Amino acid sequence: MNTLTPATLYLATAIALILIGFAGLLVRRNILKMVLGFALVDTGIHLLIATLGSNPGKAAPILDSAELAADPGLVVDPVPQALVLTAIVIGLGVTALMLAYVVRLFALKKTLDVSEFGRLKW
Amino acid sequence: MKQIFSLVLLVIMGVMLWSLIPLGQPTEPGEVAEHYIRHGIEENRGANLVTSVIVNYRGFDTLGEVTVLFLSVAGAGFVLRRREGLAPLTARPSSEILQTGARMLFAPLIVFGAYIFVHGHLSPGGGFQGGAVVASAVMLLLLADRDHRLPHGFMSWLESAAGFGYVLTGLAGLMVAGSFLSNQGVLPLGTWNRLFSGGVIPVIYILVGLKVGTELSVLLETMMNSGRPADTTGGEH
Repeated sequence: MNTLTPATLYLATAIALILIGFAGLLVRRNILKMVLGFALVDTGIHLLIATLGSNPGKAAPILDSAELAADPGLVVDPVPQALVLTAIVIGLGVTALMLAYVVRLFALKKTLDVSEFGRLKW
Repeated sequence: MKQIFSLVLLVIMGVMLWSLIPLGQPTEPGEVAEHYIRHGIEENRGANLVTSVIVNYRGFDTLGEVTVLFLSVAGAGFVLRRREGLAPLTARPSSEILQTGARMLFAPLIVFGAYIFVHGHLSPGGGFQGGAVVASAVMLLLLADRDHRLPHGFMSWLESAAGFGYVLTGLAGLMVAGSFLSNQGVLPLGTWNRLFSGGVIPVIYILVGLKVGTELSVLLETMMNSGRPADTTGGEH
């Protein structure tokens, strides 16, 4: 086991977030809390991808000084960051849609308990 | 029993995730990323390589991403459109501090959002982030005045025009350079690290910023008014 670097800490946090989110999805019966669990998994995955693409010895992939533009070996991989940007936007859209469904489901049964929604038909 | 099962499942998942990840080894850019880093400036003149990847190299993905966002907003609007059964909402009038603060911050927030998406090819940020800032300004306005109505005709017109402009820019690349969303020869590439540089990248990111800003604003208004009686919300939109 290597020493504790910031990257290890970020990875541990990311995995912890993913696990807490899944725990919420598995254990909670309240739909709103399940949506929160999903959002936590989402955030954990973003942190995981961003950390995997990071390198403490290199700069961000923004070549805004002559020094960085002259030697592109000084910056990190831009692809994971672009992927995370996409994932954040998609996660936002999905969460918004889920919350809209939660509002609609609550209007239907006046409860947020997921076990009340056994029947597929509204 | 079910709790124990969940716990076992989570432990297995944690061990799997932890062992799959190469801990503490900084990754080197792969072959494709190496090309983006080495040739990004000469091909696109954009200082921000993340923006180059999102808007140019992977521009088609971003078009799909914008479509997904549009679909989710349209879906949320569709689900919340019928008001029967929703708990009636009696909005408390907002406080003096919130009203004054919203009035003071609205214009600076819009300008800040526009600044972020105009400079997407130069500094961190871009269309999505700037659009979110613009939408936060609209949310402040809606929180301060719950009866405020957004101009829906204008918003949907702006959103459609921005999406259409994105596709048209892509088609211009198809006609001039032979590939969809190409950045070669459509607009002059300009000088590196200047505001007017990067060819079509700033144009597309400004359109994305407008689209995301209007979409998120409409989404916020739909969600905040979902519990209100239909007659006070101006009916269909």
